[in-house]
Amino acid sequence: MSRRLLTLVLPAAAVLCPCLVPSSATRAQQSRAAQNQNAAPAALWNTPSIAPKQARPSSGPAPRRDISGIWDAFAAGIQPTGVKSHAPFTEWGEKMANTYKPGDGPRKVSLGLINDPLDGCDPAGFPRNLFFELRPFRIAQTPDQILMLYEYQKVWRAIWTDGRELPKDPEPRWYGYSVGHWQDDYTFVVNTVGLDERTWLDNAGDPHSADMRVEEIYHRVDEDTLELTVKIDDPKAYKEPWLGLNKFILRRQPASFDIREMICAPSEAEEYKKTVAEPATR
Amino acid sequence: MKTKHIVVLLGLGLLITAPLFAHHGNSNFDIDKKLNMKATVTEWVWANPHCWLKFDAADDKGNVAHWIAETSNPADMTNLGWSRQVFKPGDHVTVTLQPVKNGAPIGRVMQVVLANGQTLGTRIPGVFGPEVDAPKPADSSK
Repeated sequence: MSRRLLTLVLPAAAVLCPCLVPSSATRAQQSRAAQNQNAAPAALWNTPSIAPKQARPSSGPAPRRDISGIWDAFAAGIQPTGVKSHAPFTEWGEKMANTYKPGDGPRKVSLGLINDPLDGCDPAGFPRNLFFELRPFRIAQTPDQILMLYEYQKVWRAIWTDGRELPKDPEPRWYGYSVGHWQDDYTFVVNTVGLDERTWLDNAGDPHSADMRVEEIYHRVDEDTLELTVKIDDPKAYKEPWLGLNKFILRRQPASFDIREMICAPSEAEEYKKTVAEPATR
Repeated sequence: MKTKHIVVLLGLGLLITAPLFAHHGNSNFDIDKKLNMKATVTEWVWANPHCWLKFDAADDKGNVAHWIAETSNPADMTNLGWSRQVFKPGDHVTVTLQPVKNGAPIGRVMQVVLANGQTLGTRIPGVFGPEVDAPKPADSSK
């Protein structure tokens, strides 16, 4: 925008709404946001995650070998009742599931009986962080890794793209060990092993074993759309491989989108338990 | 306190869809019951996994009860237009909630009407479930 045009437009805008006269720094951020087709949120901090009511303008083509950006599935990412369906449990899987007492889903129990590790602020772990509370997250690409930075629990994953192989006998981790490769110019595939058996798969108390392998397929449909498919391969817990997410739609958010904190603080969780959950179930 | 009554509406469960909570199910809440009360805020706790509002409300005999009503988490509430600063102790508000089944003065918030008339909901139409809002207090006071 030319300086001359600005001198005309800005005072006019100020008459209409004094809040429209930002500092030069916020103006620069707003300008960047405005260049983005999704520039809906006006908030520069703690940006709300609200699905647009109207259809978005047609998106540009998918860039080549690029899934970077801030992505959001809005309410669809929360999945309080767990995955839509899963393969039948093995005997071991069934036995484990029976010891997990979830607060939601088909086997939900009342508040005081829940033994969800999340209630004490244990890590959600992977892939529960995709199957529950998948809120806005940033994908960043470096020469050696693709990084995924999640709002929920403010955790991150590093997916190695330097050609290394997955570890053969990994020490289990909450978020496992991940390597990724480009299947084609618009499809990035991640394989993960070494997952801590203490985590649940979803909010419905579905179990997994430490032998589980998870495959994520990120397919960039267009500039603003990423499809995520997640395959669970855990023969110890499930009779056959199954899809936890199938072409699940993620929408790109403006570059100015400020991802919030969503942290389980043990002191807050304890206070909630004492103040609300326990008296509600007595 | 201006509190005059607490209205209990039965049988509205089919009309009102419970707010969606991100973490826990609704098995402790009486989804067939809805309380609508004039309240004086004593504390607003902005925390995970749920925020909660503490308030005092009197029944029609003038007996004051200390209520605790939860909402969803700060991230969801921010999306709904709430904030950490939205209440302060002493604020006079009208709370609509679903109580727990065991009779304790605990519930979950369906909506709050602030002193200035602004209504804060616990749903995002089109995002968090069907576009059904809790009836306005004026509609439900009989």
